[in-house]
Amino acid sequence: MPIHDQGYRHYAGDRALHGRGWWVIARHGMVAPLRERRFLALLLFAWSPFAVHAVQLYLGATLVRSAFFVATEETFHTFLSQQRLFVFFITIYVGAGLIASDRQSNALQVYLSKPITRHDYIGGKLLTLAMFLAAVTWIPAMLLLLLQILFSGSLDFVLDHPRLVPAITLAATLQVVLAAVTMLALSSLSRSRRFAAMLYAGLVIFAGLLDTVLEGVTRNTAWMLISPQNTLLFIIRAIFDGPPDNVALLGSAVAALVALLIACVLILERRVRAVDVVA
Amino acid sequence: MNEPAVVLDGVSVTYGRHEALRNVTAELPTGAIGLLGPNGAGKSTLIKALLGLLPPSSGRMRVLGYDVRESPLAIRARVGYMPESDAHMRGMTAVSFVAYCGELAGLPSSNAMQRAHEVLFYVGLGEARYRNVETYSTGMKQRIKLAQALVHDPDLLFLDEPTNGMDPKGRDEMLALVRDIATMKAITLILSSHLLPDVEFACDHVLVLNRGAVAAQGPIATLKGTSGRVFELRVKGGNASFLDAIRAEGLGCDGETTGVLRVYVPEQRPTQALFQIAAQHGVQVRHLRASVPSLEDVFARALGEPLDAARGKEV
Repeated sequence: MPIHDQGYRHYAGDRALHGRGWWVIARHGMVAPLRERRFLALLLFAWSPFAVHAVQLYLGATLVRSAFFVATEETFHTFLSQQRLFVFFITIYVGAGLIASDRQSNALQVYLSKPITRHDYIGGKLLTLAMFLAAVTWIPAMLLLLLQILFSGSLDFVLDHPRLVPAITLAATLQVVLAAVTMLALSSLSRSRRFAAMLYAGLVIFAGLLDTVLEGVTRNTAWMLISPQNTLLFIIRAIFDGPPDNVALLGSAVAALVALLIACVLILERRVRAVDVVA
Repeated sequence: MNEPAVVLDGVSVTYGRHEALRNVTAELPTGAIGLLGPNGAGKSTLIKALLGLLPPSSGRMRVLGYDVRESPLAIRARVGYMPESDAHMRGMTAVSFVAYCGELAGLPSSNAMQRAHEVLFYVGLGEARYRNVETYSTGMKQRIKLAQALVHDPDLLFLDEPTNGMDPKGRDEMLALVRDIATMKAITLILSSHLLPDVEFACDHVLVLNRGAVAAQGPIATLKGTSGRVFELRVKGGNASFLDAIRAEGLGCDGETTGVLRVYVPEQRPTQALFQIAAQHGVQVRHLRASVPSLEDVFARALGEPLDAARGKEV
């Protein structure tokens, strides 16, 4: 008997029903970055504002009765706004290569020759990035709220601010979804994770700078619509503070983000294929 | 009789205006099937269509009893695909890559890891299974592609150019593996290759495609042994008129440029016909030997091209 005969047997074990491929992809995608020290350091650093705010909440609830330390809805709004920086870096670190690397190594045809659909693939990749982004936005924000309850020893704060939990959840979800979907779409446009990272950084930084300059010159705040980040900040402020005076601008901001998300979904739909058809 | 592994019924696939497959109708039985054809004949397109990755513009396809349009996931769960180009996942060791592919195919995590080890030993990468796939040589990358296609123990394997870029020893080992898979492991495989000897060695059935259409199909033994005999012939003088006369008499002839003609004599014609034609054209027959028909003969006849052209072509 040739040696290789000893290495192959027919498989008689369990097989999962179709439809859990997205979870396999997401699970693997989440484990891989956690093996890298640089990424762990970034995650740790991303939690430093949480530590600062936790101390602030402790002081406000127990020791110092100063207005600066006392928790308000604005405390959580500020926290989520601060986390933008880490959302940006984690999006680039984890997201840039999610599809670009697969395209570079022709892995898409391996994925899609298995019993998974393109939507499973995209969903798995999206979940990978979304989980990390939620880990630096929604999860620490909710933990801060929990700490506030523990430090104050009552549920009064939550009961006094009934909109806070939905506001945190909605604001964090918008942050996560916008960053994850945009990055994934840009990643699908290239075979280079560096190029995808530059595209995303360009979109965030250049559009933000352009908005600042144009707003400064024209005194027209509507220019923020060219910057997805500034548009998102405007919407998040409305989520925490209520509708702004210019409701039409808020509607335009929401429409702009929806349009961006639809464009990203269309890009993903077109680019994530096992076979590149050049007609 | 066993149900065919693949049934194609009037299948056409188009890329924009280009028709890559034209009304392909064929039944591929279980066993080892070779997929032959020149570049652009539609071999890879056919494999991708059978995997449900390319929707046909018309026609129906059944794989392992499932309709490709209706049940692509059920098919892919029972099929393994070894793509032609390098395909792996960045930053992964061989064993984690193959185990991951097993999980994607529906195996539980622990079973997938166990299978990954077994399959990597089977394809000859046991000692290198903890190395990053990106550090592999071309031959090793071919083996890892085979391993990921085998990890979930498919009933049908699609192998697209499995010996591409391999050295002679590696190629022989890969072909031995392919033959072992088909014969000893009872896994049906469809082997697309540009090397006719590879197909002849590993397969017992062939489907020849030319410009997107079926040029020939059937068991290799039957196609090789078709009506008539093959002779190797060396002649002196009047070569061009002699060849024209042979063809005019309904005898096939190839190999003009090599100096050794391969002449197909239909069963109903006597061998003496060759000598009569030679005598009529003042040609001396210097050498005549009965030959064994090869897959190259089948391929050349199917494509309607001279044998030397078929030999030189990347099919």
